[in-house]
Amino acid sequence: MHFAVIVFPGSNCDIDCYKAVQDVGESVDYVWHTETDLSKYDAIIVPGGFSYGDYLRCGAIARFAPVMNEVVKAAEAGKPIIGICNGFQILLEAGLLPGAMRRNESLKFRCHSTKLRVENNATPFTSEYAAGEEINIPIAHGEGNYYCDDETLARLKANNQIVFRYAGENPNGSVDDIAGICNEAGNVLGMMPHPERAMNQLLGSEDGVRMFKSILNTWRERHGAAVNN
Amino acid sequence: MLKATVYVTIKQNVLDPQGSAVQGALHSMGFAEVGSVRIGKYLELQLDTADQGEAEARVKAMCEKLLANTVIEDYRYELQAV
Repeated sequence: MHFAVIVFPGSNCDIDCYKAVQDVGESVDYVWHTETDLSKYDAIIVPGGFSYGDYLRCGAIARFAPVMNEVVKAAEAGKPIIGICNGFQILLEAGLLPGAMRRNESLKFRCHSTKLRVENNATPFTSEYAAGEEINIPIAHGEGNYYCDDETLARLKANNQIVFRYAGENPNGSVDDIAGICNEAGNVLGMMPHPERAMNQLLGSEDGVRMFKSILNTWRERHGAAVNN
Repeated sequence: MLKATVYVTIKQNVLDPQGSAVQGALHSMGFAEVGSVRIGKYLELQLDTADQGEAEARVKAMCEKLLANTVIEDYRYELQAV
């Protein structure tokens, strides 16, 4: 399985994402934001950071980078796409996921471990978790206060698109304690917490490992167990 | 040449955490008469056109596509010859 980690000017979690994929034994490339072909990749990670300095709004400028046309095509083709933190903001700006991000209610940049509840384990990203399981994944953001209107929230609930909720304190004021959502088809996930920073107990948690394994295992199931890469 | 002045503000029904913080600060300083505070963005765009109608349509498109996120933000603009 081949992963792409998209790199924008200002991405700073790209290396962690790259190493997380290596940790589960898969091949991965950095892909510069000017690229116009993602056809050889099976999964795409839009990493965290501060694309284009977060000028105007987080993710607003990155959303128009040439590579995003290809990300949209990959989403339509059903490939798994994860946007983490700034990546989530970019997917929202691109309209691949509904809603928008506001400044944290506390106005503080929050950087610490958080408890998440796995609300939907029937996605390609969460199949290795138990439904309702609480996992420990760190956050690091100043604008993770997810917002959508009531109608959109009702739709997210009805379609089981809320993948993660904050299980303890809501660190940013997001609507309905939402920490991560997927699209209706389930192949595009956006989340504020950083699973790529929870790959080793030495760093406080290895609960992120199963997210990358979930992607891999789901892909293997769909492409036949005989395929190794 | 035209100058477009664009104002982008958080929609009234969406919490503006920065505005709330500033409101709290003003209250604690004794400016008790302050009701709500909304913080937004102010942009000046120099446009290389003299056609008011065309400029209006273009600025509207810029606002809708990039300058404002219409999920949470409202925008308005003024055009003036420079």
